[in-house]
Amino acid sequence: MLPVTLLILLPLLGAITALLIPSNQKRPWVLPVVACLHLALSFIAVCYSTESSTNDWIHLDAIGKVFLLEFSLLFCACSFYAIDYLQYRHERDNRVLCSGMLVCLSAMSLTVVAHHLGLLWLAIETTTLTMAPMVYFNHNARSIEATWKYMLICSVGIALALLGILFLAYSTVVAGLEPSLILEELQGYASRLPKVWLNAAFIFMLVGYGTKMGLAPMHTWKPDAYGEAPGIVGAMMAGGLANCGFLGLIRIYQICMHSGDVRFFHYVLTGMGLFSIAVAALFLVRQTDFKRMLAYSSVEHMGLFTLALGLGGKALFGAMLHIIANGLGKGVMFLISGNIHRAFASKNMELAQGTMKRAPWSGALFLLGFFGLTGSPPFATFASEFSIFSGALEQGHLLIAITLAILLSVAFLGMSFTVLPVVFGDPPAKRQRTKYKDTILLIAPSMTLLILLAIIGIWLPSPLLDILNSATALLEVPK
Amino acid sequence: MNFVADQFLAIVLLINIVILGTRRIDIAIRAISIQGIFIGLVPILMHNFSYHLLAMTLLVLAVKAIFIPWLLLRATRKVHFTEDVRPLFGYSGNIIACALTTVLAFAIATHLPLTTAHQGLLIVPVSLATILAGAINLGTRRKAIDQVVGYLLLENGIFLFGLLLTETMPLMVEAGALLDLIAGIFVMGIIINHINREFSSIDTSHMTALREPE
Repeated sequence: MLPVTLLILLPLLGAITALLIPSNQKRPWVLPVVACLHLALSFIAVCYSTESSTNDWIHLDAIGKVFLLEFSLLFCACSFYAIDYLQYRHERDNRVLCSGMLVCLSAMSLTVVAHHLGLLWLAIETTTLTMAPMVYFNHNARSIEATWKYMLICSVGIALALLGILFLAYSTVVAGLEPSLILEELQGYASRLPKVWLNAAFIFMLVGYGTKMGLAPMHTWKPDAYGEAPGIVGAMMAGGLANCGFLGLIRIYQICMHSGDVRFFHYVLTGMGLFSIAVAALFLVRQTDFKRMLAYSSVEHMGLFTLALGLGGKALFGAMLHIIANGLGKGVMFLISGNIHRAFASKNMELAQGTMKRAPWSGALFLLGFFGLTGSPPFATFASEFSIFSGALEQGHLLIAITLAILLSVAFLGMSFTVLPVVFGDPPAKRQRTKYKDTILLIAPSMTLLILLAIIGIWLPSPLLDILNSATALLEVPK
Repeated sequence: MNFVADQFLAIVLLINIVILGTRRIDIAIRAISIQGIFIGLVPILMHNFSYHLLAMTLLVLAVKAIFIPWLLLRATRKVHFTEDVRPLFGYSGNIIACALTTVLAFAIATHLPLTTAHQGLLIVPVSLATILAGAINLGTRRKAIDQVVGYLLLENGIFLFGLLLTETMPLMVEAGALLDLIAGIFVMGIIINHINREFSSIDTSHMTALREPE
């Protein structure tokens, strides 16, 4: 219990420290210090917290462990990157960014351990609010527009998720049960809850948390916010916040799976997932802005998660593995895209071409990260996407499997038309050279993430495999 | 006392129509403030008196009827609304849509299973109708501040539904709902101020820099 509490309190302490440090130069160092401690605590919590069957508001289950490991690793990489990045952007005051990132880390830690749906909602809401000023980091007209869309659409989404939670709470009252919003108790109630209220709660929470995840058609804020936010914020949003939204969806899914007839939920999730992948694939073709491209790639992967929940069976394991794989891959791509953006002072592929010649390390990592993100072997995304694909076949959904294969290929080809010129093209001659240089801190974090992504793809360490298996078991329909 | 509560809820419905149909933002803000008063008073009419209930009522009134409308009115005074931006389907279109969704809300509410204590109350249909009105306002209006009013309508509808649970839901969730409202509007307000500085007006239809190329 203690490490779990510390996971939430430590980043908050860090945030206060960051607020109090007056120097713009020294402040970013708080990030890696807190991040390393948080990562160490996460490992302790993951190894030593036993699976408890208690109905506590706060405890760490196997699903929480998967999410915790993923974003703690990602945050650690981002925090080291932040030092040199913020050095480069020394003209901007980074007080809000540094403390905001840490508050967000605390809220994300609360998200993974919260088993009370109200508390979970509050934590997810906090992550949304703290990210808003960070999307606005560049303080120009474009970032205002992005922040406005982000705030408005996500606030509406999160309000609808609250309505879903109220529906669920009311359904327990209608069923004449002891009112509760604790996950494990609701699972026990699920078969006795009135179908209408449970289905309505599910739909509203799917739409609400789906907005936060960026499922189509509620994804419209995503390309703008990811495109305008600094790369480091984009990495945390794609690999951290979007996953928190998915966790919210997982929790209601866990309840619905205990309700007896689960076909309705599977149909809705499958449809929603495929639709998101299709929309993302369409927009990935001929995308000239590489940060917006990554946003659509995130829509695609969120669609994959949702589809996997809808398919059930073997695909669930794929979804759990994909949480880690996608988080690491997104981290690599967003951090490197920040470098390329700085190197060319543009994120448009017409102006930002030939990274290989301008900044070879960034160029190489961008290319490898692209393969890592799109599910090429040997990276872990291959294993996870293949599990989801074979999950579809195993359940006898041949049509879904074929559609999925086509859409993923379209997305891969579409992205390659953007990535390849950015990596291999010729740098535009007329543009003035920026001061940007590849440095260790701008390269090493993404490289570490990429190596981890490859290692997990080739060889899953058995403790991690155990966690993934028990997380999958929590998602299955009880026999 | 439920009779009085139902009268209040009917007024809430009328205010929805006022907000959707008006072209003046200051009227919309005052209307949402009055709606806040009526919504805030409903719980004390429905339940037996307790100090917890009184405290909650006062808090809700302070936030919904005074603080947030004041914040919004302040924002409008800083910004000069010279041009009139028509909603997507016009003002009458909004009113018709509001009427239709209200009918729809009543139709849906009759089919929902409720506890015996809540049957025959207007809370569920009015809450659904207000949520839908908020959705219409969000979808059809283009000025940033109008969209905030739409968001508030949505929140009011959700709060009304939450009233079914005042006796059973833990206090923390209620507090969370209110906190969210304050924080959300607060951040939105700050952003509106910046929007004003960067653009000459706060019409979000001017925000077209971020689009997919044709």
